[in-house]
Amino acid sequence: MQIFTCPFCGLRDEREFHFIAEAGKTRPDTLTQISDEDWAAYLHSHRNEKGHVREIWMHTTCGELFLLERDSVTMEVLGSTALREASQ
Amino acid sequence: MTARRLDSGGLIDRSKPISFWFDGKTYEGFEGDTLASALLANGVSIFGRSFKYHRPRGLWSAWVDEPNAIMNIRLNGKEHPNCLATTTYIEEGMAARSVNAFPTAKYDIKGGLDLFHRFLGAGFYYKTFIWPDWHLFEPAIRRMAGLGAVDREVLEDFQSAQHHAKCDVLVVGGGAAGLTAARAAAEAGKDVVLVDDQRVLGGSLYRCGVAADLDPSDWVAAQKDAIEGSGGRILTHTTAYGIYDHGLVALVQSQGFGRAPALLRMRAEQVIMATGALDRPITFSKNDLPGTMSLSAAGEYLARYGVLTAKKPLVMRNNSLASATVENLRAAGAKVEEIEHVDGITNQGRKHTTGLRIGKESIDADAVLVSGGLTPLVHLWRHAGGKLDWCETRQAFLPKPATDAMIAIGAANGTYDLAQAIEEAEAAGKGTPIYRPETTYITTPIETKPGSKGRQWIDFQHDVTLKDIEVAARENYVSVEHLKRYTTLGMASDQGKTSNMAGLTAMAALRGKPIPQVGTTTSRPPFVPVPLEIYHGAKTKQLWSPVKRLPLEDKHRDLDAALCEYGGWLRPGWYGKGDRDETIQKEAKAARDTGGIFDGSTLGKIEVMGPDAEAFLNFVYYNTIKTLKPGSIRYGFMLTEGGIVYDDGVVTRVDQNRFIVSCSSSHVDGVRTHLEAWRQDGNDPDRIFVHDQTTAWATVTVTGPKARDVLGRLDTTIDLSAEAFPHMTFREGAMGTISLRIARVSFSGDLSYEVSVPAGHAETLWDAITAAGKEQGVGPIGLEAMSILRAEKGFIIIGKDTDGETMPHDLGFTIPRAKKKAAFIGDRSLHTEKANAEDRKVLVGLSVADGDPPLATGAHAFTETPTRRSLGYVTSSYQSPNVGPIALAIIEAPHAKVGDTIKIWHKEEVREITICDPCRFDPEGGRLHA
Repeated sequence: MQIFTCPFCGLRDEREFHFIAEAGKTRPDTLTQISDEDWAAYLHSHRNEKGHVREIWMHTTCGELFLLERDSVTMEVLGSTALREASQ
Repeated sequence: MTARRLDSGGLIDRSKPISFWFDGKTYEGFEGDTLASALLANGVSIFGRSFKYHRPRGLWSAWVDEPNAIMNIRLNGKEHPNCLATTTYIEEGMAARSVNAFPTAKYDIKGGLDLFHRFLGAGFYYKTFIWPDWHLFEPAIRRMAGLGAVDREVLEDFQSAQHHAKCDVLVVGGGAAGLTAARAAAEAGKDVVLVDDQRVLGGSLYRCGVAADLDPSDWVAAQKDAIEGSGGRILTHTTAYGIYDHGLVALVQSQGFGRAPALLRMRAEQVIMATGALDRPITFSKNDLPGTMSLSAAGEYLARYGVLTAKKPLVMRNNSLASATVENLRAAGAKVEEIEHVDGITNQGRKHTTGLRIGKESIDADAVLVSGGLTPLVHLWRHAGGKLDWCETRQAFLPKPATDAMIAIGAANGTYDLAQAIEEAEAAGKGTPIYRPETTYITTPIETKPGSKGRQWIDFQHDVTLKDIEVAARENYVSVEHLKRYTTLGMASDQGKTSNMAGLTAMAALRGKPIPQVGTTTSRPPFVPVPLEIYHGAKTKQLWSPVKRLPLEDKHRDLDAALCEYGGWLRPGWYGKGDRDETIQKEAKAARDTGGIFDGSTLGKIEVMGPDAEAFLNFVYYNTIKTLKPGSIRYGFMLTEGGIVYDDGVVTRVDQNRFIVSCSSSHVDGVRTHLEAWRQDGNDPDRIFVHDQTTAWATVTVTGPKARDVLGRLDTTIDLSAEAFPHMTFREGAMGTISLRIARVSFSGDLSYEVSVPAGHAETLWDAITAAGKEQGVGPIGLEAMSILRAEKGFIIIGKDTDGETMPHDLGFTIPRAKKKAAFIGDRSLHTEKANAEDRKVLVGLSVADGDPPLATGAHAFTETPTRRSLGYVTSSYQSPNVGPIALAIIEAPHAKVGDTIKIWHKEEVREITICDPCRFDPEGGRLHA
């Protein structure tokens, strides 16, 4: 069982967290024309990288979203940043 | 068998005899004996039968690596299957029975199977039972396979305790290295936990010795005192069976035989692995014959249990370490003769070895003790992701250099020399590890000769021989992972502790490659079998998944409500002790005739506030929220980005910047997460706030023609007249000093008010409404009646009347898809080829003739042209006391035109049903707007 760091609550068991998305994915402006391919890529294509990954997670018990950086091979947690700090 | 108990020596207590049973006979052992040592001391030689050929099998080892001695044990009237005789300490009255043998291990009626071994080699099942169909043979083969039988009786009180613990340093293994490291670390001020899987600490010290002038027990006691004196903790009879992510080490702690072991989830800053090493078998013809034992096991039986395995054993070994054991056996009176391993050795005898034949020469003996070199126990190292290096000198895989979190010492690290191991352990414990010392160990690899004569056993428990490995190699199952699965090598309950290295060596020889190029299979937890109970523990029923409880539960109980779980909530299904179906029909009819009072507290009440709340909800909802006026309510859907209907419900605009999202009862947590995710990721979280108030407000719904009359009896500040308070509007007010919210919305299709008060005032509201209802002949109704009412109107329940492909236009809600100007979640997905397909499943009603039984929920509609296939299925079906049998279904659009007939199949019965509008009650909405 992994231990993640919520930027607000500190070290917590992985069962308290919920994966939201890979970081850096932007929703296309759906008021413009978007091809089926581009929309499908937004919906279904994930980078699923090996090694250092940046992901958005929610700490479900406090409800806050944050940027979690971790290693998808060794499972090492490399850092967690509150989302509003990460976006600045 | 000529094994016998010595008058002195060992760690057993000869003053405490214990009697027990094995295969119907009674035996005696001593306190401290394992089943294996006690039986061996009684001269028992056959402990079980092999899995496939039912060959007689004796003891190979003295601890967890034992492949043969597996038993069903009965104690205090409870049966415990597949216990390892070598790790089960005897208790008074224990009755052990060998598995896979009938009537006994000694005389097994299936022993004759061995005669057919030529036809039963590797791949036999795959090749033989493929025609005409494996499933014809499977039941009979399954009956023949397997080990111990599980008793039908459920073990009461078999519940594991689960603990969480942490420490600075966890030392696994209480031998010389582990004790030394734990002492050094504890004395250096670390918080140390030492675990060892035996009852008595000391590992291999008793058979190998500490030093000539020092008694092993004294040395162990001194270390133990030092560790505990420095604050260290020692857990015996506790096995570290797995290492998981982020340094979680799973420990299983015995609570005594027949009692559920405890699970300890240990988090350690550092794990020191002092897990030791095991003796490897040597392959020669008939090497599985009882009386053929690992040399180190013979040493253990002598040193720990005072049992001398044989009078005149032959010793066959390939390494320098075995000398101490040979000396000990000689000192105890055994006439040990050492022989070299050469090709063409054959074990002699039928049920027990009578010696070896080497070429034409025979040597008589009563046991053959073999030592094929040491295999370090690196399982935990591998669980933690540690890598291995092949060491040519030691002929073994050794852990690669340590990390900060994990270090291997002693025999587990290939440091077999005792003095060196203690030096290495001391350094590791102090936190200044030294690299593996230069070894003094000498071993000569024993080459496997493919094609040699006789049956040479590699895996004792699963009956895998050298010939099987040759077959696998010939048929190109050369990868170790394929070899394992094709031959079942290493797949028995011992998980290849003895057989894996022998199998690898054989495959390397067959392919003419060095061992490291052949590779190893992956070690996974658990290192020893553990009962599933340890993961279960006390986490059952309410402790596993507690139901959510209504503030009005006591009131419902007073009315004899049938409280059932609906979407995680404990809610009244119906009221009273009468017949279930009759009561539900009565409630559903009364609700239409006069009215009903319904506990709606579970409905979601998520408040969304802030200057951007309107734009946010307009984006989150399929429907347009922007045009909603303060005090008004709108029904709408939330979609996923894939365009699938995720939730439905009403949204109330309390004022310009404040909304209440009323989502499905069972969906509140999901919707809250959904809203939070979009609020914080993609919006300015300082301009929108989401607050789940679901449990803060209790809601009582009053529905039916008399709803206004009932509510009018309450002393509130709210004008209920149709003109002042129309359908789909919201009012705030008070009832005395209690603040009150009323939403005029309807899930029943009748005039209906949802009345909410702060949860602490729930009973006051309930009492007032039920008292007023009594005067009007309006009583409480449960969720079952409400489900009928909503189905009469064709109102859907998401997830029941929709599935994972349903989009809003499938439910008849087409306008936002065509006309909404703003972006919303899922918008683009509503215009894909799939979303535009003509054969999408759409919501319809099904008209069942009055008097006919209702359709079965889940029954499929089907066509037979051109071939038989499903067109959709019935999603909801009820007997309605108001309109007769009703049903909702989702059916492919070309077959779902109102007036068409369609065939519905259920359990071989086919009914012709007419498609109708989903709404069967008050289609004009007169009652709704009354």
